[in-house]
Amino acid sequence: MDVTHALAAGMGGMRTAGDLVARMQMSRGMRLKEAKDYVAGKLGCTVRDLSDSYAMEQIRGEKGLGRILDHSNLHPGEPNAMMAKFRIAELLGIRINSVDKFRDLAGL
Amino acid sequence: MEARIPTRMGDGFMVEMTRSELRADIQVASEEAARRARVPPLTADEQAHLLDIYASPAAFTAVDIGDQVVLSCDGGGSKMTGTDIQDLLESEQRLGQDILELWHIEYSYKAIKTILPFQQQVMQNAQLMLTAPIQYGAQPNLAFYSKPDGPASNWFELLPKGDIAGARAAIDEAMEHATQDMVYVTGGMIEAGADGVDFDTTGGAGDGDFLSTLRAVKHVREKYPEAGIELGMAGELVIGVHGELEWEGRRLAGLWPREQLEVCQDAGVTLFGPAVNIRTSKSCAWNIAYSLTVIKPCMEVARIPVHPNVGEGVCGVPVNGYPPEDAASRAAKALVDILRCDGL
Repeated sequence: MDVTHALAAGMGGMRTAGDLVARMQMSRGMRLKEAKDYVAGKLGCTVRDLSDSYAMEQIRGEKGLGRILDHSNLHPGEPNAMMAKFRIAELLGIRINSVDKFRDLAGL
Repeated sequence: MEARIPTRMGDGFMVEMTRSELRADIQVASEEAARRARVPPLTADEQAHLLDIYASPAAFTAVDIGDQVVLSCDGGGSKMTGTDIQDLLESEQRLGQDILELWHIEYSYKAIKTILPFQQQVMQNAQLMLTAPIQYGAQPNLAFYSKPDGPASNWFELLPKGDIAGARAAIDEAMEHATQDMVYVTGGMIEAGADGVDFDTTGGAGDGDFLSTLRAVKHVREKYPEAGIELGMAGELVIGVHGELEWEGRRLAGLWPREQLEVCQDAGVTLFGPAVNIRTSKSCAWNIAYSLTVIKPCMEVARIPVHPNVGEGVCGVPVNGYPPEDAASRAAKALVDILRCDGL
């Protein structure tokens, strides 16, 4: 069922900008249009690009926001996971809880 | 003779109906929902669009390009991939989920309280390895605080005996325990790095279940202003098991989705998930028309994102362990197209 909804109506998570739009809904309570407009503005792309895996794969790579990894599409030396979340927090102008915790616990 | 189209009943069973029969189901369901919830029925254009979605023989359907919405989840993943972190990684990397959820099979805040450090460690480790936001989810499950499982008297035994005052006192006692547990667990998970928390199936034990959760939400919002707080409902109507409980002067018993949303957003919820229970003896077309009609008024008053529940047995998705993808995808498209909701 998760797959059904993801294909029928989901933004696509890290394949696109779904996780970024989701962060604006979660941290700021933004409605969908506002959240999409906000993220598109920060990325410098169109709203339609946000759920286009072709466009977002390149944009995420350029900005170091983390990309889907598989055996034919690996990006060693590029930010992912916690490293990417540092960049996402800065790009979106939000605080990400786990980034703050990492910074504190690592003594950065 | 009018062509017969394969479609589904609310339990997932495949039947054949004509376009005229589907149209009639949509109209009757919307009128019934409007009468019950005292809201307007769907417009003629909305009913026509719904008919186009449900009168198609396609095996799968989807929203238009660019209309995709944020997917949150209660639970999620499969629990079949070895560990919670592998499960979360698979949901992020393979399923493309927008918001992930760490959860435990004992999906109650009361139970999680006893294993909180274990869940906190999983959250901390998962946050190091994933990019997408991860919330922590469980259910309020107020009934677990009544005997024999909990300390309060069992109001479901007292009510049939006519001991209304005793039952209400028992619910009051249980609510205190429930709110404490929800505040303890959600605070612990946010301290471990969670991006948000999820109060799933809220109101499942009635108005006391709902009020104890709203109190927890308010506490979490005050302490963690930027944390995501998702609250998903258990059903379309808050059942008045207590009957006299209020949130800031508003009686909770009998609230429909729009009013549920209003109290939730006032309490500090960030994502609201209305739920409308499926009628298994009605067609999926009937069920989605009913759901859309009672949820639609939410969209006019929402200051926060609205993510209608589309799990098993709610909002037009058949109550079945394996909801057929033709029916689940139609429900998703109908909710997005007609409500212009913010997520699912």
